[in-house]
Amino acid sequence: MLDLFDDYTLRTVALGSAALGLTSGALGTFAVLRRQSLLGDAISHAALPGVAIAFLLTGSKAPLVLVAGAAVAGFLGTLVVMSVVRTTRVKYDTALGIVLSVFFGFGLVLLTFIQRRPDASQAGLDRFLFGQAAGLLQRDLVTMAVLGGIALGTMLLVWKELKLLAFDPDYGASLGFPIRALDVLMTSLLVVAIVIGLQTVGVVLMAAMVIAPFAAARQWTDRLGVAAGLAGLFGALAGVVGSVISSQTERLPTGPTIVLCATAMVVVSLVAAGRRGLLWRELRGRRDRRKLRLAAVLADLLELERQHPDAHRGHSAAVLSVMSGGAKPSLEELERRGQVKRLGDDAWELTDAGRELAQR
Amino acid sequence: MSVEHEAAVEVTDLTVAFGEKPVLWDVDLEVPQGTLMAVVGPNGAGKTTLIRAILGLVKPAAGQALVHGRPYAEQRRRVAYVPQRGSVDWDFPTSVLDVVLMGRYGKLGWVRRPGSDDRAAAREALEQVGMTELAGRQISQLSGGQQQRVFLARALVQHADVYFMDEPFQGVDATTERAIVELLRELRSRGKTVVAVHHDLQTVPEYFDQVTLLNVRRIASGPVAEAFTEENLRRTYGGRAAVFGRNGA
Repeated sequence: MLDLFDDYTLRTVALGSAALGLTSGALGTFAVLRRQSLLGDAISHAALPGVAIAFLLTGSKAPLVLVAGAAVAGFLGTLVVMSVVRTTRVKYDTALGIVLSVFFGFGLVLLTFIQRRPDASQAGLDRFLFGQAAGLLQRDLVTMAVLGGIALGTMLLVWKELKLLAFDPDYGASLGFPIRALDVLMTSLLVVAIVIGLQTVGVVLMAAMVIAPFAAARQWTDRLGVAAGLAGLFGALAGVVGSVISSQTERLPTGPTIVLCATAMVVVSLVAAGRRGLLWRELRGRRDRRKLRLAAVLADLLELERQHPDAHRGHSAAVLSVMSGGAKPSLEELERRGQVKRLGDDAWELTDAGRELAQR
Repeated sequence: MSVEHEAAVEVTDLTVAFGEKPVLWDVDLEVPQGTLMAVVGPNGAGKTTLIRAILGLVKPAAGQALVHGRPYAEQRRRVAYVPQRGSVDWDFPTSVLDVVLMGRYGKLGWVRRPGSDDRAAAREALEQVGMTELAGRQISQLSGGQQQRVFLARALVQHADVYFMDEPFQGVDATTERAIVELLRELRSRGKTVVAVHHDLQTVPEYFDQVTLLNVRRIASGPVAEAFTEENLRRTYGGRAAVFGRNGA
């Protein structure tokens, strides 16, 4: 695996995917917290015609040109969503759906049109659909790293304001922060995070890179800063693993592979993560139930002792089972803990330690 | 502290409309400094909108609001806002102290992060609402009453002169309700002014000095003894019999 990274192409692919995963994961934190996951989806789909038009206008496939086209179209898409919501009675989710499908459809038409053209210069634009890491070049990498760095730097700079925007925008406005402008800023950062990943992950699945890393990170922490950092880390990891796997395997599209990696992280986090994880919740539940059973058996023994102060033969598991069910394993556990002692084959009695505990 | 007769809040001709439907119509209001004012009225009467319009969160079609004689935009540092508890997502990944610190953001301005003196102020505010031990707690683990106290602490940390509260007693336990009443009286004793949207008509005379009865138009406004009459309540609530029941709306 290590010598894989000696490969120059592979290193470019891995670094590029790490950059896109880091940016989209970290910025996705705010998008998801503001319930704008689907806005990410609309932006990425809306970016497709931008890529095509940028190519048609300039004839260039330079990363900066295509990314700029994608960004303009993606941003335009969000503007259309907002103005549709503001000026008509169409609801937000419907507006997102409309923009997503109309822009994406238009993008597909343009792509088809471009591919029918006689010259060969168009080759490779269709990678924007499902993404292709293998095609990443040094110049792509530089573009992604610089744009991603600017977006992340801005996020860190106005961290406090973005937190306010995400948690309680009205209160933020009452403090005098220009919430509308912050909203536009945050959306712009999201647009940047999305467009730098389009070539590698593709417009169809890019939204997953905004949503999944934070969904996984949230399971591990209750702190915003840690969540954003973890989301960036998970995003980068998914990007690297997914793109390396796909570039080592023939005809395995990069976008879906990366997204599957991110999804795996979400599943693992849901099951295994700290206090929120399903696994720990189950284990804790079992532990609590066992504790309860042990306590019940102790209490029962104490009760029997009080009712039969003269009996020193101990009490059988069967009697205790009648009182609170399935007492045998609990008795054995309690014996290991020195809280009951075995008088005969099936005769049990409290030790002094056990009695003290039961009386509490 | 002697009660001065300067108006802390002065609203004139305030009119707000959503689409063509007026939500507030030509409302005039004067809140004397150092008093506690309840704003009551049926659902949809525009109580929340009144506060939001004064704070510039919704744009009025006409009219203006002055805080201590000047427009709100010039007086932000003297005003604190306690929104409805249900207006935010309490599953947000942050701690009690962090939320209270947000009250300092206005003073801090752009980019600067809260420092140790901000944290000290936040802890002090938490102490005032009896939440010191919960400073580090994740906010999703708070009860309704505790959430309300966190919001109050966040407003206290602004060290403002005028407090606008939207239903501070909504769905809180009896202990919290008493704590909030104590807090309001403490604010008043320091010459602060509180305007609170309130639902429970029964407690108006006990908790507040001033009352505004609102139903799109201002029905009455003034000292509780003068304005809080059966006649005015009937005009506000449309003569419904249950005016004096809990949550009379």
